[in-house]
Amino acid sequence: MTSDAAMKTEDIELQLFLEAVYQQFHYDFRGYSKASIKRRLLLARNRIGCATFSALQERLLHDSSVLPQLLDYLTVQVSDMFRDPGYFRALREQIVPHLKTYPSLKVWVAGCSSGEELYSLAILFREEGLESKTMFYATDINVGALAKAEAGVYDLQRIALFTRNHRLAGGKGSLSDYYTAAYGAARFDKTLRRRTVFSDHSLVSDSVFAEVHLVSCRNVLIYFDRPMQDRAIGLFKEALVRKGFLGIGARESLRFNAHAKAFTDLLPGERIYQKRGDE
Amino acid sequence: MTALPLHECLSELRAVVIGASTGAVAALSHLLPPLAADFPLAILVTVHVPADKPNCIPALLQAKCRIAIKEAEDKEPVVPGTVYFAPPDYHLLVEQDRSLSLSSEEPANFSRPSVDVLFESAADAYGKDLLAIILSGANQDGARGARAVGEAGGVVVVQNPDSAEARMMPESALTACPEARIMNLSTLAELLCAYGGTAQC
Repeated sequence: MTSDAAMKTEDIELQLFLEAVYQQFHYDFRGYSKASIKRRLLLARNRIGCATFSALQERLLHDSSVLPQLLDYLTVQVSDMFRDPGYFRALREQIVPHLKTYPSLKVWVAGCSSGEELYSLAILFREEGLESKTMFYATDINVGALAKAEAGVYDLQRIALFTRNHRLAGGKGSLSDYYTAAYGAARFDKTLRRRTVFSDHSLVSDSVFAEVHLVSCRNVLIYFDRPMQDRAIGLFKEALVRKGFLGIGARESLRFNAHAKAFTDLLPGERIYQKRGDE
Repeated sequence: MTALPLHECLSELRAVVIGASTGAVAALSHLLPPLAADFPLAILVTVHVPADKPNCIPALLQAKCRIAIKEAEDKEPVVPGTVYFAPPDYHLLVEQDRSLSLSSEEPANFSRPSVDVLFESAADAYGKDLLAIILSGANQDGARGARAVGEAGGVVVVQNPDSAEARMMPESALTACPEARIMNLSTLAELLCAYGGTAQC
């Protein structure tokens, strides 16, 4: 078999594998960017010890312990607190003044993974005096990641970076005010998540569940293909109040999106958009 | 595999991928400025850059080059005559439909962006119609990727370690991909120019 034909076979197997994940478990990765998901599934395949995606599919369908391992590869769980400090500084300095005018606030952290972005926002809202009137929704498809988010415990080695980011993001006081360190881990103050609802929610297949004033969804869209990006942004458009805010990742953009016209490019450098008033 | 003359291997190229680290700017300053604005291929480049600073390399090179140079954007279609750089803190990948994807998944070889991630996805998307170039660098990123390009039938060229500012990256690629061709930058620049139909190197 030529290498071209071998590659084609592997792509067929990959497509069938994603179909099997969907049919059996209702996790829909069929609209994810293929190059990245293929790379991550190859890592998973090697780890689990299967020679082909077909073999991996058989394991997945007949061994219930395989799916949880796979989900950690299928969903990317890499984030830092106050990642891209300029984004959080812009929220603090330019968006918070708008948010202060509302009597109550709802914030949706979509694709929250293990919670770094959620805690960053919760700390920022506490520092800006918005916490008591805010409800946070933190959603992800990976229930393992949601459990980590709910626990709020991070490796102590990561704290130096988080601390630096917090300061660069205009943080008031010290990040150490918000966690206790013990046994190599930093446990974040549980009162930070007092006003958070953690929920299993898919941007691919679920619908809008609340009206919100701010959606923060960073480094999630890059894993989606164009039609799925359209769906996700459509959900955000529907969930946001008029003039509500949408923050996405530093390298993400609405430029190629079907719903681009529903938003104004409020702070282009920080990828913060505002839903138009006439939508 | 029989070693065809290089110009024959290059007859049906659709893209070039380049990986570099320490010494990247000097090496790219040799290769890219001679290329014409209408160079017939897209060039995808991953250079190791710090995660928390803007990458100044594209602007620095654009000042010397006629070919268009930019940082890659997510879901952007790949257009010939353009050099795309992986942005800081993101992997750059090519999709089967020849559009670009970014990813912030885990660093590979302690690097994000990683040369391996770009090369492996490009090998998958372009198969034999790909030229992969490993330049100067002080780590092993790119070795697996070079092997993947070779296994998919693509052409791999490695900067002569003796003329590279840092020799570990080219040497590692040669170990992983023994069929790779070794070249000095001037020969490589001439080859690219000849491919683009301009002889002024």
